[in-house]
Amino acid sequence: MCVLCGVLLNEHWAEQEGGRRGRVFRVRLLNRVLAFYGLRLDDWGGRIWVLRDPKGRSVVVTDLGSLWAKAEELAGRRLDPLDPELVASL
Amino acid sequence: MKIPVVLVTGFLGSGKTTLLSRLLAHPDMGETAVIVNELGEVGIDHHLLRRVDERTVLLPSGCVCCALRGDLANELRDLLARRDSGEIPTFERVVVETTGLANPTPIVYTLLSAPVVKHQYRLEAVVTTIDAQHGLRHDESVSQAAVADRLVVTKTDLADPAPVLARLRRLNPAVPIVESVFGDVSPSALFDGGERDPRDLVYDDSPAHEHEVRALCLTFDEPLDWTAFGIWLTMLLQARGEDVLRVKGLLNVGTAGPLVLNGVQHVVHPPEHLPEWPDDDRRSLIVFIGRGIEQQALERSLAAFNRATVGSDAS
Repeated sequence: MCVLCGVLLNEHWAEQEGGRRGRVFRVRLLNRVLAFYGLRLDDWGGRIWVLRDPKGRSVVVTDLGSLWAKAEELAGRRLDPLDPELVASL
Repeated sequence: MKIPVVLVTGFLGSGKTTLLSRLLAHPDMGETAVIVNELGEVGIDHHLLRRVDERTVLLPSGCVCCALRGDLANELRDLLARRDSGEIPTFERVVVETTGLANPTPIVYTLLSAPVVKHQYRLEAVVTTIDAQHGLRHDESVSQAAVADRLVVTKTDLADPAPVLARLRRLNPAVPIVESVFGDVSPSALFDGGERDPRDLVYDDSPAHEHEVRALCLTFDEPLDWTAFGIWLTMLLQARGEDVLRVKGLLNVGTAGPLVLNGVQHVVHPPEHLPEWPDDDRRSLIVFIGRGIEQQALERSLAAFNRATVGSDAS
C-alpha cells in the first residue's frame, strides 16, 4: 500500500488484479523498464522476484513496493520514470 | 459497515477547535467519538472524548510519512472494545483532530494498514482549516491543504478571503471550499456529497512559481493498462515522492466502470472499481498536487509506459 513500506503489507495496491497471467505480464513489462538500467527481474516460484545486475549481484524482491528502492541500489542511480531517455527507450 | 473517520487538520490557530466545537453542538451531527491531541476548548456534551499523544511508531525500513500512529490505532481499537462491552454508547463517526504541525499522512496510513482498524474504520474525509488572515504561509499548511478532501477557510470576518481562495483553487481545485466565521458550518457541508467532478474543472495552467505546490491534471483518451499504470506510479513515487503530495484519478482501464485512484504522498488507498461511468465521458483523468513536476513530462512518460504493454502480453 505504501510505495516504500509495501513490503510489510500482504498485498500491494498495484498487484491486486490479474492473477498468475497478470504476474507474468507485470514481469515482462518491468523488464522493459529495468533493461534501460542494465537490470533484469526473474519470477521465482510465483511468489517472489529476483533482481539481478550485469555483475551478477542479485537481491530478492517481494513486490512493487520495494522493487524500485532495491533497483536504485543495484543501478547506483535514481530511476526516474520522467527521464526523457528512458521514455524514448520504451 | 465500516465506521467513518474524519480527520480535522490545519495550522496552529487556524480554527480547528472552534470548528470542531460548533460541529459537535450541531443537532445533525449524531453520536460522534472525538480523539484530540490536546485537551482544549472542545465542547464534549454527549460526545465521547479521548486524548492521544503525538507518538509515532516508525516501521522498520519504513519512511517517515508512513510511520504508524500506534497510539491512535490503540485508541480506535479501544473505542470498539468499550462500545461492545456497553461501557460507551454506539457512535456513528469518529473525528480525529491533529495538532497544528501534524502531517496527516501517518494517520491516513494507520487507518489503511493497522490491524483491526483497517477492517473496522474507513477514512471519510480530511478536513483542513485555513485561516483567511494568515493563509498558506507555512509549508505545513500547504501540505495540509493539498491532502484535504474539504477545505474550510476560517476567520473570513477578519480578512478578505479572496487571495486565499484563489490560492486554494490553484492548489487543490477538485475539493469543495467552505467559508466559516467562528466555526459556523453545518455537518452536511462537510460530510455530504462528493467532490466536484474533476473533469468539469478549469485548471490554471500558467507557469508555476519556483517551489510552488499546485495541481496538474492529466487526461488520456485511450484506456490505460492497469499493470503499466501501477508500475509507472510506484516508480514515480519512489523517485519523486517528496514532490507529489496527492494523486487522485478516475481511470479507464477497459472495465465497465472507472477505477478510482486516491493517494496521499506514498500512501495509496486500495483502488476501487465503480460499477459504471457517471456519464458518456470515458477519458481517464489524473490530478497530481505537487511541486516542480511538469505536466508534459508526466503525460509523455505515462503514455510511453502504456505503449510498452504492446508486445509484452503474457499470452
